[in-house]
Amino acid sequence: MNLVLNRRQALLAGVGAVAAASGMAGASAPALAAAEDAAATILEFTGGAEPTMGRVTLDVPEIAENGNTVPMDVWVDSPMTADDYVAEVLVVADGNPRPGVATFHFSPLSGRAQANTRIRLAGTQNVIAVAKMSDGSVFMDKKEVKVTIGGCGG
Amino acid sequence: MATPRPRIRLDRNEISAGETIEVKTLVSHIMESGQRRDGDGNVIPRKIINTFKCEFEGEPVFSCDIEPAVSANPYFQFNVAPPRSGTLTFTWIDDDGTEITATEDVVVN
Repeated sequence: MNLVLNRRQALLAGVGAVAAASGMAGASAPALAAAEDAAATILEFTGGAEPTMGRVTLDVPEIAENGNTVPMDVWVDSPMTADDYVAEVLVVADGNPRPGVATFHFSPLSGRAQANTRIRLAGTQNVIAVAKMSDGSVFMDKKEVKVTIGGCGG
Repeated sequence: MATPRPRIRLDRNEISAGETIEVKTLVSHIMESGQRRDGDGNVIPRKIINTFKCEFEGEPVFSCDIEPAVSANPYFQFNVAPPRSGTLTFTWIDDDGTEITATEDVVVN
């Protein structure tokens, strides 16, 4: 009798272990999904075009101690005239629960295609800025930010 | 909730034609992300400013579509190259439809 109980306990423990393992798999899945979401968000923004590295300068700290407020500066090299200007800049964070951060819309009246804001990062991850020019070409920059304390939980 | 008063600073109000003004704006707002849960495990509903825009005499200068990943008390710094003297209008739009507006006059010599 005693032995049977032990077997049951062992079986239950086994089931528990399987559940825990699948739970862990579930935990790593969102991180992977976030990176895929970020790539999908970028492709949607560019209309399927793969952005080229260059012309965009994304300035973020290498190490951010507080993920709740990370300074982010983006600058795009452009003459900003009526025929040649930066139309939009998309910023995504590939490790956040939702990858989108902000989309900036510029116009020739902006003078310089540059903007600065403060963003939330859930953990260490890549921040990507993609710029769409008035002629439709797309450029990007990508930086990794190491986050000491994440800024999405409660 | 009382409408928060935005803070706006231009690096100068008076420029020569062709020059650029640097604008800094800050507005007090909780920017509740919709990802957090309260003590009972219920999701706290999202409440953020989802759009910020700056216009010069009705023409778009700079605008921003904002996601919950923008920090509380959203700060934006950007540039304006006004072609003539006029008024800049700043608008922040909340998820609940509330609009916060402010204006600044600029002089172009």
